[in-house]
Amino acid sequence: MQVRASRAQRIGVVSAAASVMAVSADTAFAKGAFPPFDPTFFASQIFWLAISFGALYWLMSRVALPRVGEVLAERSTTIARDLDQATEIHAKVEAVAKDHEQALAESRRNAQAIAQEARTASARETDAKRHATEAELGAKLAAAEKTIADRKTAAMKHVETIAAGAAAEIVGKLTGQSPTDAETAAAVKSVLSA
Amino acid sequence: MAAGGGIDPIHQFEIKPILGLRPFGLDLSFTNASLFMVVAVAVISAIMIYGSSQRATVPGRLQSLAEMLYEFVASTITGVMGRDGMRFFPFVFSLFMFVLTANLLGMVPGSFTVTSQVVVTAAFALLVMSIVLVYGVMKHGSHFFGLFVPSGVHPLMLIILVPIEVVSFVSRPISLSLRLFGNMLAGHIALKVFGGFVVALTGAGVYATLAPLPLFLAVALTALEFLVAALQAYIFAILTCVYLNDALHPGH
Repeated sequence: MQVRASRAQRIGVVSAAASVMAVSADTAFAKGAFPPFDPTFFASQIFWLAISFGALYWLMSRVALPRVGEVLAERSTTIARDLDQATEIHAKVEAVAKDHEQALAESRRNAQAIAQEARTASARETDAKRHATEAELGAKLAAAEKTIADRKTAAMKHVETIAAGAAAEIVGKLTGQSPTDAETAAAVKSVLSA
Repeated sequence: MAAGGGIDPIHQFEIKPILGLRPFGLDLSFTNASLFMVVAVAVISAIMIYGSSQRATVPGRLQSLAEMLYEFVASTITGVMGRDGMRFFPFVFSLFMFVLTANLLGMVPGSFTVTSQVVVTAAFALLVMSIVLVYGVMKHGSHFFGLFVPSGVHPLMLIILVPIEVVSFVSRPISLSLRLFGNMLAGHIALKVFGGFVVALTGAGVYATLAPLPLFLAVALTALEFLVAALQAYIFAILTCVYLNDALHPGH
């Protein structure tokens, strides 16, 4: 061993590799058998393998696997249930939203109707008021016009009599003769209407 | 072997008794191999039993791991065997977890790799094949042996085909056990050899500058070995499913 190691140091890579192989070969032959094929502990290995694998099989089949399987099954049912619940709630929410929208549309329609009614009512009222006021004003106007016409005719009558009096006086002073009322009235009338 | 112990790639597979037990002249000593079998069972139980003890609807980390492993094995079984394959679920699960944990525990430096012992993998393979035979015959009777008779073939061809089918059936436990054993053994030897190169080169004067090369390889191999550890456990489990499927549905 020591000799080989020192030679390896001298000769280098190749003999280094060779020494590893040689050492292993030495050991294998020294022990008489390659350990995995050495039957000394075959019985022991099979015995302990049977015990440990048997224990493992028992633990897995009785404890671990049913438990993990249970947890997995539980989870999948939980997920399925939650999903069902979620779709149910979703459907409910959609129904509520639909109802809400319907109510909204209805109230919008109602509001429009009310607004329309109010508009027409107020328009009718205003029209009525305007008509009343117009009628009142028309009546006042007509009365005023009538008063004006009456006053005018009255005034015109006074004008004629005053003018006839004045004309008769003027003619009397100028000629010394007094014309008759009828003559002056006719003369005034012809002048005024000219 | 004290001097070479550090670089001897076979040393790690040696079985050393911890507690001597010799009932009826049989050596049933509690060895380092037995210790790591018990450790594997303890680790699996910790994950599966302690991990699921909360029964939480929203799982924590350990419970997530337990559930992930459960669903992984369950989907593998239903994928290969269909729904009625779930009757083998505890067996396939225990087998997969035991092999996987033993493989991964073997990656811990200084530990013992239970699955690098051919007697262990052979015991598992024989257990699987016994279950296939016993369950197949119990469930289907003589109909089970229709497994060896391919349907829709000329009767004369059966003279050739039936022996081939029988041989392929008999070779299943051999290939099943040797595949796992070989992978674990070879991987650990390769790791140890490259580790030994690093040690030898660092003591080789000027060639010590080359030591990082096998070191790098050893690191890469370690990653590969983790992949192999998980992959071989999966292969073992899925082949077990395939063979059990023959017992469930023997018709071709």
